[in-house]
Amino acid sequence: MVDVPLGSAGVVAAPDVEDVELYHPHSWVTKYVFSQDAKVIAIQYSFVALSVGLIALVLSWLMRLQLGFPGVFSFIDANAYYQFITMHGMMMVVYVLTALFLGGFGNYLIPLMVGARDMVFPYVNMLSFWVYFLAVLILVASFFIPGGPTGAGWTLYPPQAITTGTPGGQDWGIILMLMSLMVFIIGFTMGGLNYVVTVLQARARGMTLMRMPLTVWGIFTASFMALLAFPALFVGAVMMLFDRVLGTSFFMPAMVEMGQPLDRNGGSPLLFQHLFWFFGHPEVYIVALPAFGIVSDLISTHARRNIFGYRMMVWALLAIGALSFIVWAHHMYVSGMNPYFGFFFATTTLIIAVPTAIKVYNWILTLWRGDIHLNVPMLFALAFIVTFVNGGLTGLFLGNVVVDVPLSDTMFVVAHFHMVMGVAPILVIFGAIYHWYPKVTGRMLNDALGKLHFWVTFLGAYAIFFPMHYLGLMGIPRRYHDIADMAFVPPSAHTLNAFITIVALIVGAAQLAFVFNLFWSLRHGRNSGGNPWRATTLEWQTPETPPPHGNWGNDLPVVYRWAYDYSVPGADQDFLPQNQPGPSRAAPGAGHG
Amino acid sequence: MAVALILVLVAVGSVVFHLVSPWWWTPIASNWRYIDNTIIITFWITGAVFVAVILFMAYCVYRFRHQAGRQAHYEPENKRLEWWLTIVTGVGVAAMLAPGLFVWQQFITVPDDATDIEVFGQQWQWSFRLPGPDGQLATSDTRLISPDNPLGLNRDDPKSHDDVVIEGGELHLPVNRPIKALLRSPDVLHNFYVPEMRAKMDLVPGQISYIWFTPTRTGTFEILCAELCGVGHPQMRGKVIVQEESEYQAWLQEKVATSFARLTPDTRNGAVVPD
Repeated sequence: MVDVPLGSAGVVAAPDVEDVELYHPHSWVTKYVFSQDAKVIAIQYSFVALSVGLIALVLSWLMRLQLGFPGVFSFIDANAYYQFITMHGMMMVVYVLTALFLGGFGNYLIPLMVGARDMVFPYVNMLSFWVYFLAVLILVASFFIPGGPTGAGWTLYPPQAITTGTPGGQDWGIILMLMSLMVFIIGFTMGGLNYVVTVLQARARGMTLMRMPLTVWGIFTASFMALLAFPALFVGAVMMLFDRVLGTSFFMPAMVEMGQPLDRNGGSPLLFQHLFWFFGHPEVYIVALPAFGIVSDLISTHARRNIFGYRMMVWALLAIGALSFIVWAHHMYVSGMNPYFGFFFATTTLIIAVPTAIKVYNWILTLWRGDIHLNVPMLFALAFIVTFVNGGLTGLFLGNVVVDVPLSDTMFVVAHFHMVMGVAPILVIFGAIYHWYPKVTGRMLNDALGKLHFWVTFLGAYAIFFPMHYLGLMGIPRRYHDIADMAFVPPSAHTLNAFITIVALIVGAAQLAFVFNLFWSLRHGRNSGGNPWRATTLEWQTPETPPPHGNWGNDLPVVYRWAYDYSVPGADQDFLPQNQPGPSRAAPGAGHG
Repeated sequence: MAVALILVLVAVGSVVFHLVSPWWWTPIASNWRYIDNTIIITFWITGAVFVAVILFMAYCVYRFRHQAGRQAHYEPENKRLEWWLTIVTGVGVAAMLAPGLFVWQQFITVPDDATDIEVFGQQWQWSFRLPGPDGQLATSDTRLISPDNPLGLNRDDPKSHDDVVIEGGELHLPVNRPIKALLRSPDVLHNFYVPEMRAKMDLVPGQISYIWFTPTRTGTFEILCAELCGVGHPQMRGKVIVQEESEYQAWLQEKVATSFARLTPDTRNGAVVPD
């Protein structure tokens, strides 16, 4: 590990390149609309992603109403139900979580946390947002076309996705979905290159890789993975679009449709599943790794304690990122692929549990002997650990190939992935918003509303998804809009479904309190000052809050220590900012650097 | 204080829910008790880890909550502790994986004496094909499907003459005899799923997948489709009726006598049938 000699500013290496003059906006439009400032782009990304999230929330209400009270709402027929689940799933995974973590938090935090003035390619960064926005418009447009959006399930498995038995299969729904995904991937690639290159090339003097906050490590690793994973989805989408529009047979074998033979031959439905999950599994970690990084920083800051085992945390992030590319077929144990693959993929999948467990241990060992401030971001971080551990452990059921057989395609799977990649990352997003909102706006979010939002969301979400595992264990399949006449399902299961629906409505309503808080505090929130949490990382050390264009005023910061100098013995305050010169114990191992 | 208490309640409440809730798996009706046992082992290990992690966290939140004068302990890492935790985790994971892979080996190794049957899923019904007295299924091809040959049997194959085709009906099986179900779909993905058998596998157009199991008790069980196959997906149900050997034979004889394949005049269409 190369580390900058400690001590005084004098021994920090001279800059490799001169500070480059930024592009300065000349009008309101170039400042706030077609902005090249990463912070404005971050807010644009976040606003659009959260708006899509609200649409997805309403869709989840509609599907829960059908499951909890089947037949009561006549407009939710099978067609509509499948359209709701498909759009809910795709929106949440790609257009909300990916966009929010990378486009939102990535844009805001990377330049500030590594001590840069902006992303390295600001113009491309601007394009990235607008291309993403176009992808969202295409996706939302599918609600307003004849036949409506696709109802193929978010996994879009062919041949079903492009045949007549599926909503939107022979209409425009699937076409718009595939086009929107392709546009999204183009937009993401522009952003992703920015995030990766900025971390590698634009760090402030003294900011070695092993001094970076784990938030940056998480977003950086996830962006790198996304650049490798999304192309698989892209080619899958192109091929399926050809199958649908040009009549090719990439994924279409000789088949009949509603009794009529189709003019297709030789394609492989399994090929699409491999392409999809080669993207789809890394995607889980593309959402999870930024959450891991952010939650590490939340816990460390609010427990006033250095993150425990920093180097192990970095290596665990990288190990998870690498391993996540060789586990994809654990989504396909019962897909009809060669069953011998099961041995390999079950083994790799369970191995990934080890670095993941290390991360969990290090989070709770950071709490151990800390000075825990139970403010709202910390509460969300604690709730993240509960839901993530719960969802991670049920992953050990589904990853262990033979255990997956009875559970696959049941509500157990729905409960598992919602807990682990829905609830857990979203709790981190909330925690992160409560944490960084003061930097973005200069004002604190309202604490009482925040606590209300937290308790309803955490306990509610747990009450929704924990019991749902048991419906799956019983054998209730997922993607059934009605389970009324199943012989093995007792009446109590319907009561449980109704309970889950009612809780889901309440949790959804609590999000309105959050949205209200976001807008209300903009004007009425308590003034936060520049560093309300007394945090060490660079974004809290900007000369002005909110940070202006260019972030740092005249002089770029110089970094003297790692990101976790909390409660250093002998220091006169319980945190030492990264840009504060002076002796410290700095990063572990620094002495041998 | 309140936060720590709620964390404890979440951990304890989850365990209590697990123990007392009425929602549990259906009584097993096949030889895959091993799968159930592996699930139980996994529940114990993961449950213990979950409770330990959450209770430890609750303890930390209570014990190290902010109070005037408290200072956090500065300790960037602890190599020994980190390696110990890694090794213990590795052992726990291996303890779940090993039985899992062992049972998987059994799951995909079909016994020699298993009887071949065909499960044919299409939008949105189940059909079945049983070998007649010759004990063998004829070859088939999606391109041979026609109104009078709904499963696409190859009529040039002499084995086709006694195959018993049950369209959209009920699957009868003898108890305690291993069954290898060959799974075939002419249109989209489906999944043959009988909760009580703990058995589940996709039907993939363009290929034939399989699954094997031995029904261990008589009764009527529901067949569900567990892979989204279009708007009719939830209605795609069937029944498997497990009977004593003698009842099953009686039923089979009757079916053979009235078999679709036997009664229908030969309608070969001259197509060259691969495989």
